[in-house]
Amino acid sequence: MTAVQTQPEATPDSAQGTRSPHRARRRLSAPYILLIPSVAVLVAAMGYPLIWQVITSLQEFGLAQQFGQPPKFVGLQNYTQLLFDSYTWAVVARSLTFCLVCAGATMAIGIALALLMKRVHKLIRNILQTALLLAWAMPLVAAMTVWIWLFDWRRSVVNWVLTEAGLNFQGYNWLAAPLTFYVVAAIIVTWMSVPFVAFSVYAGFSQVSEEVLEAAQMDGATGLQRLLHITIPMIRPVLAIVLLLQVIWDLRVFAQIKMLQDVGSVPSETNLLGTYIYQLGTGSGDFGMSSAVSIFMLVLTLAVSWLYVRRMIREDEAT
Amino acid sequence: MSTSMRITQRRTPKISSLMWGALALFVAALWAFPVYWMLNSALLPNVTLQSSTPTFIPFGGSLDNFVAVTASGTFFSALGVSLTVTSITVVCCLSFAFLGALAISRFRFRGRKGFILALLLVQMLPAEGLFIAQYRMMANANLLNSVLGISILYIAAVVPFTIWMLRGFVTGIPVELEEAAMVDGLTRTQAFLRITFPLLAPGLVASGVYAFLQAWNEFTIALVVMTSDTSKTVPLWLRGFMQSSATRETDWGQVMAASTLVSVPVIIFFLLVQGRMSSGLVGGAVKG
Repeated sequence: MTAVQTQPEATPDSAQGTRSPHRARRRLSAPYILLIPSVAVLVAAMGYPLIWQVITSLQEFGLAQQFGQPPKFVGLQNYTQLLFDSYTWAVVARSLTFCLVCAGATMAIGIALALLMKRVHKLIRNILQTALLLAWAMPLVAAMTVWIWLFDWRRSVVNWVLTEAGLNFQGYNWLAAPLTFYVVAAIIVTWMSVPFVAFSVYAGFSQVSEEVLEAAQMDGATGLQRLLHITIPMIRPVLAIVLLLQVIWDLRVFAQIKMLQDVGSVPSETNLLGTYIYQLGTGSGDFGMSSAVSIFMLVLTLAVSWLYVRRMIREDEAT
Repeated sequence: MSTSMRITQRRTPKISSLMWGALALFVAALWAFPVYWMLNSALLPNVTLQSSTPTFIPFGGSLDNFVAVTASGTFFSALGVSLTVTSITVVCCLSFAFLGALAISRFRFRGRKGFILALLLVQMLPAEGLFIAQYRMMANANLLNSVLGISILYIAAVVPFTIWMLRGFVTGIPVELEEAAMVDGLTRTQAFLRITFPLLAPGLVASGVYAFLQAWNEFTIALVVMTSDTSKTVPLWLRGFMQSSATRETDWGQVMAASTLVSVPVIIFFLLVQGRMSSGLVGGAVKG
């Protein structure tokens, strides 16, 4: 009886059987075909320049080469030159310090605001969240113009407020000296990045179970103890990822520094890695050196990114 | 004694919660102040802005600054360039990323893990680490100041994260739905197009807005490859507008009006996708 029943189905089955090896091969190549457009555009716009940059960083490629002279292979000379250049080290040190200060401040304020959101009434929380979202949503260049106006030396609000508070800041030019220049830049970068940290950490809090916290409270744990020993350890994955992102983002603060420099400060005194590369490449036309600094910056970012990516993949597999 | 204890217990939380509330409002004011100040200054005439005491509420304000900004004509030319570049980027990114997301979430193939790894790494590459090389490449290909050239660079910059974001949406739709449709006689492609694709709409919208925001706000690459006055994108135009007026006495009212024009559409779009974007960045670390 089974034989009789399977008999009529045999025809489509066998037809499919003859088609199946072909189909299987098509299925196998399908994902690769789907990836072609993305891979092609990535290779063209990033892979090719990257290879060019690696090669150029090993060449003497200055203004003469731009006017047609063939570039000369110089091995690692650009790199050794950078290595023994005190200015490069100054820029690297500035960039790292700036990055760590901004990332540290952003994390501290972001976590504090996330705690604050948890604490306050829903209505007040909504007001705070809306304010943070507004700051977060502002396009970078528009935000920079507003901040430059806020710190304008002739009649800025900041100077006015400080002067009203009894300090003499009348006509004070923040962007003239490197130190205050970086203070302004750090304030702006922190203002821009805090909302992301605050929202991510606040979302992380929702994973901490209320029962555990209540149990700890009944056992006599104070608010600070509960925060340090329960909440923070439980949201560590979020904190780690957010911190890594901040470090990566704060290493590449090009637009902010460039726009502040435009307003009137000495670029050589206020350069960070991004603006230094820009100046080498477009200002001095020294593509060999600028490529070498770029490679250094890429390696630095990739090292930090690697930690981030590993965490992302682990978190992703955990879900 | 027990009643007095209960009273103090009830009162202390009240006082401290008032304090926390006040602090939260203060922080909110601090963070929103630059945005408010932009709108405030945009509405005020330059005479008022030049006084030594700032005006905090725009009484008697007008839209004159906006009229002046848009009358100059350069704004609309930049708007045109930005709209074109952004549309190309969004459309290409969405279609490329859609295919890519499909590949990595619906197929298991050799090199899949490596590809995901590469995507996440490429997405973190700083534009400043490559822009001089990209500038040379564009110069050699005669694509400086061209909408096509910058669009290619933008697509490459945005497509990795878009794939990553869309992948989350595709994975969220159970394969069983497709399989059920295939049992009912649809081919794999048909099943995908009729069942999964419609369910992906929210994901496509979110990724599209993300791509829009990235391309619309981008400044660094544009600064390097769009050097001529006629090919400026909106962020470059805004920077130029501020600089050109900085040589004389800066007309901050107009600069703030220009900033407002650039910001308002962005803020609206941003509020639409904020949740999705941040959960994409922190991955599985934040659930729900």
